[in-house]
Amino acid sequence: MEVKTTGSVGEIYRVSGPLVVAEGLKARMYDVCLVEGLMGEVVGLAGDKVLIQVYEDTSGIKPGGKVENTGMPLSVDLGPGIITSIYDGIQRPLPVMKEISGDFIGRGIEAPGIDMEKQWEFKPTVKKGDSVSPGDVIGTVQETKVVEHRILVPPNVEGGVINEIYEGKFTVRDTIAVLDNGVELKMHHKWPVRIPRPYKEKLPPDVPLLTGQRILDALFPIAKGGTAAIPGGFGTGKTVTQHQLAKWSDSHIIVYVGCGERGNEMTEVLEEFPELIDPRTGEPLMERSVLVANTSNMPVAAREASVYTGITLAEYFRDMGYDVAVQADSTSRWAEAMREMSGRLEEMPGEEGYPAYLASRLAEFYERAGRVKTLAGSIGSVSVVGAVSPPGGDFSEPVTQNTLRIVKVFWALDTKLAARRHFPAINWLQSYSLYAESLTDWFKENVAPDWSELRTWMMTVLQEEANLMEIVMLVGKDALADNQRVLLEVARYIREVFLSQYAYHEVDTYCSVQKMYDMMKAIRELNDIFYKALDAGKTIDEIETVEGREDFARAKFEEDYKKYLDEAVAKIKANLLGGEA
Amino acid sequence: MKEYRTIRDVAGPLIFVEKTEPVSYGELVLITLPDGTTRRGQVLDSAKDIVVVQSFEGTRGIDKSSAVRFTGDIVKLACSKDMMGRILSGSGEPIDGGPKIIPEERLPIIGSAINPYARTYPREFIQTGISAIDGMNTLVRGQKLPIFSGSGLPHNDIALQIARQAKVRGTGEEFAVIFAAMGITYEEAHYFIKDFERTGALERAVIFLNLANDPAIERLITPRMALTAAEYLAYEYDYHILVILTDFTNYCEALREISAAREEVPGRRGYPGYMYTDLATNYERAGRIRGRKGSITQFPVLTMPADDITHPIPDLTGYITEGQIVLSRELHAKGIYPPINVLPSLSRLMKEGIGEGLTRDDHVQWNDQMYAAYAEGVDLRGLVAIVGEEALSEKDRRFLKFADEFERRWLQQGRYEDRDIEYTLDLGWELLSMLPEGDLVKIERKFIEKYHPAYRKKAAGEAAEAA
Repeated sequence: MEVKTTGSVGEIYRVSGPLVVAEGLKARMYDVCLVEGLMGEVVGLAGDKVLIQVYEDTSGIKPGGKVENTGMPLSVDLGPGIITSIYDGIQRPLPVMKEISGDFIGRGIEAPGIDMEKQWEFKPTVKKGDSVSPGDVIGTVQETKVVEHRILVPPNVEGGVINEIYEGKFTVRDTIAVLDNGVELKMHHKWPVRIPRPYKEKLPPDVPLLTGQRILDALFPIAKGGTAAIPGGFGTGKTVTQHQLAKWSDSHIIVYVGCGERGNEMTEVLEEFPELIDPRTGEPLMERSVLVANTSNMPVAAREASVYTGITLAEYFRDMGYDVAVQADSTSRWAEAMREMSGRLEEMPGEEGYPAYLASRLAEFYERAGRVKTLAGSIGSVSVVGAVSPPGGDFSEPVTQNTLRIVKVFWALDTKLAARRHFPAINWLQSYSLYAESLTDWFKENVAPDWSELRTWMMTVLQEEANLMEIVMLVGKDALADNQRVLLEVARYIREVFLSQYAYHEVDTYCSVQKMYDMMKAIRELNDIFYKALDAGKTIDEIETVEGREDFARAKFEEDYKKYLDEAVAKIKANLLGGEA
Repeated sequence: MKEYRTIRDVAGPLIFVEKTEPVSYGELVLITLPDGTTRRGQVLDSAKDIVVVQSFEGTRGIDKSSAVRFTGDIVKLACSKDMMGRILSGSGEPIDGGPKIIPEERLPIIGSAINPYARTYPREFIQTGISAIDGMNTLVRGQKLPIFSGSGLPHNDIALQIARQAKVRGTGEEFAVIFAAMGITYEEAHYFIKDFERTGALERAVIFLNLANDPAIERLITPRMALTAAEYLAYEYDYHILVILTDFTNYCEALREISAAREEVPGRRGYPGYMYTDLATNYERAGRIRGRKGSITQFPVLTMPADDITHPIPDLTGYITEGQIVLSRELHAKGIYPPINVLPSLSRLMKEGIGEGLTRDDHVQWNDQMYAAYAEGVDLRGLVAIVGEEALSEKDRRFLKFADEFERRWLQQGRYEDRDIEYTLDLGWELLSMLPEGDLVKIERKFIEKYHPAYRKKAAGEAAEAA
């Protein structure tokens, strides 16, 4: 963010890692302060002392140093120039920081979140004499090829009647309109990250956020404006799943928050997104993405701020009437940052050393998601998908449990599936989606009337398989009746062909709902063929080793999958039921 | 430099000093004992009335009349190209009897974070000559890949074999090795040094030694010293550096000791809540930077207490590093070297480092198939233990056989056996040919026709006939 100091000045009393105690400073909670030039935020007041969490490394800072209060809460710069950016946890653009301090991140760098000097072509959509209220759109800027940036009357400004409005090239600092009450509107405004942006009303979640991932869309769908959690031990594919959602979900804008994770993962996104083409717009995915990167070795306090920075940017685009998806990877690191600060503040710890307010902070954060009617009356949404990294892959720990109490979709990653290289390693028996019901109508109307029947059928087969496998583990496969073994075989097709999806295969990485439907339908057809074959006297071995099964499995890798799928089904049918293929 | 004789308390490795001038957070401290010896320490907490200092070399012999000096400087390492071939203590002082190192530069050991925007994604395949790594958990230049081991398992042999054999094919560039010992025994350290000397690798190595009988707190700076040296050599002199850090379990114990002495609220199993961040500041110092030639590849070794992979040390490590190589006591007991259990092992950067033009075009699908087949075989072993082999179908028995052969022929190799990637892949194909073609669902037809031994034999036969 852009910083100006106007407020009071004090002196450093104590330095302990990211916690600095100041004296002689007048401050309110959450005011941003500059500690010897390093940015920090007031997190506590104790007698005449002020407790500040500093967003940068405090080595070399000593008692007696200067602390200045800006009198402002931590805010983000909003306006054209956000899309395609990569920021640190407090919205400083990393490319600008590289220019200033080189390949390694320096300290005390000030950089506004958006380019204040760049000129944008502004086109008004209202004219002189029109009356506008907070949140209304007054004009547009083509920010990238796919994102039209709608310029809003900031929600924290009074509305009025337009006295003057200009068209043409302007920087974000220039005045583009003047209201009758004297308010000058610019393309830039600030918003405090810890305060949710206002909207008119929340709407029910009845439109799916399509992700192109079969197990997610078909079995455990998330709604636009919904919330989901992906917990899983290391190596189970949290990050890959998050990347897949960022790549293929049908949102207008993606905000990807890399919170306390690996540096190379952010690099991967940075190198990959400009190359990948969005199937809906035909333009690079980067043209709709914003990245917030606070890697695990960057200062811990800024990690705490990074999720708020991310969601505030998302809300801003929501207010323009866009569907925005926020990917937070990982919320556990955020919780740990809270724990670390809480420990330094010597607060009484709750479970596992986490602060007692962990649950309420998580709830507040996820509650900022939703599909809403904006102040201007259009519809926008913020969907939030949070990765959770439970220690030891144990879901009973506080962050996972408190998250599950709030979110509506649970995608449980499973270490065992990952070890078998079944990806996405989402456990189909453990996961759930509370949106499945409310989204049924959408799938019926937009894909096929029997969508939810097929879905239920698949879930039943998988559940039945799990029951049978318990018996198999005790007495062996031979003890099962033939029709039970056919069921196991069908379940195998569901798992290995339908549920398993290759993120790195150029075709299989994204699956349209139509293709999902065709695949489900084809497996259902195989099911019927197998049972018929069994009735006709074929042995279970013949069914299990029927020729054509590998063609069926590979059909999904083809651009023209339908043809291959149909051919494979016909081949299997001919082999089991005779000539009439 | 002002001297203070105002020590108020000494608690474990911590010293509390009163009535000082303002002192910087993180400042280097020198403590002179009554007998004239000097200890080094660092400021952990600095307030107007009291300063908390952690002593790297322990607090034995420190009394209230000891003199404390604040140097006004943070802890730095004297860096020079002449470090190559030298053996240094855990805090960077030469202990090989050689001359002092004349610094070209003195660098703070707390490195700054690499700007993610300045990184470049690691993609260059490193051939280690070990099938289990090259084939199924491929290492790339700039990766951090830990070995999760247990007491008594041959992690040192594996680390050494990698140090000996690692190369990027077709470049002729050799790795320089930085070896940091944290709390390991003299015998283990000696084993490493002897091997380096014997193979001549010592000339291209820098060794930092903090042995089991050295002060525990010094371990907290040893890896940072080693990584500072690595960064200097990689980014100033374009070296490709392989950093071996062993054993991180001892490092974490030291971290817990400091945390307990400071009476901090403990996280899981008494380890401090910030252990994740602390480990990350070490592990994240691996990688490649755009526009710079050198690279840092990290091989941290840790022993899992009671072989428990969910213990906080391996657990937090796994969340930061780009995969893990997991050793198995069961395979070791079967006499298999290297006892790498490929199922829980993983290399996250593998996908970008393998395939056509990098290793071989069939590698990706070959890997998926090998995993799936081995996992199936291992699962069936559990079943056989309960129902006996007779209850299995013909198909299942083949997978069982596959898993046995996989371990005996493909995994098993000599400590000095340097396999190239083609050999590793072809040997895998030989095993896969034990299974019916219809079960190789993860491999496309074109690769089966190109690499499956049955087709190769046929093609060879036809070629012979044509001739």
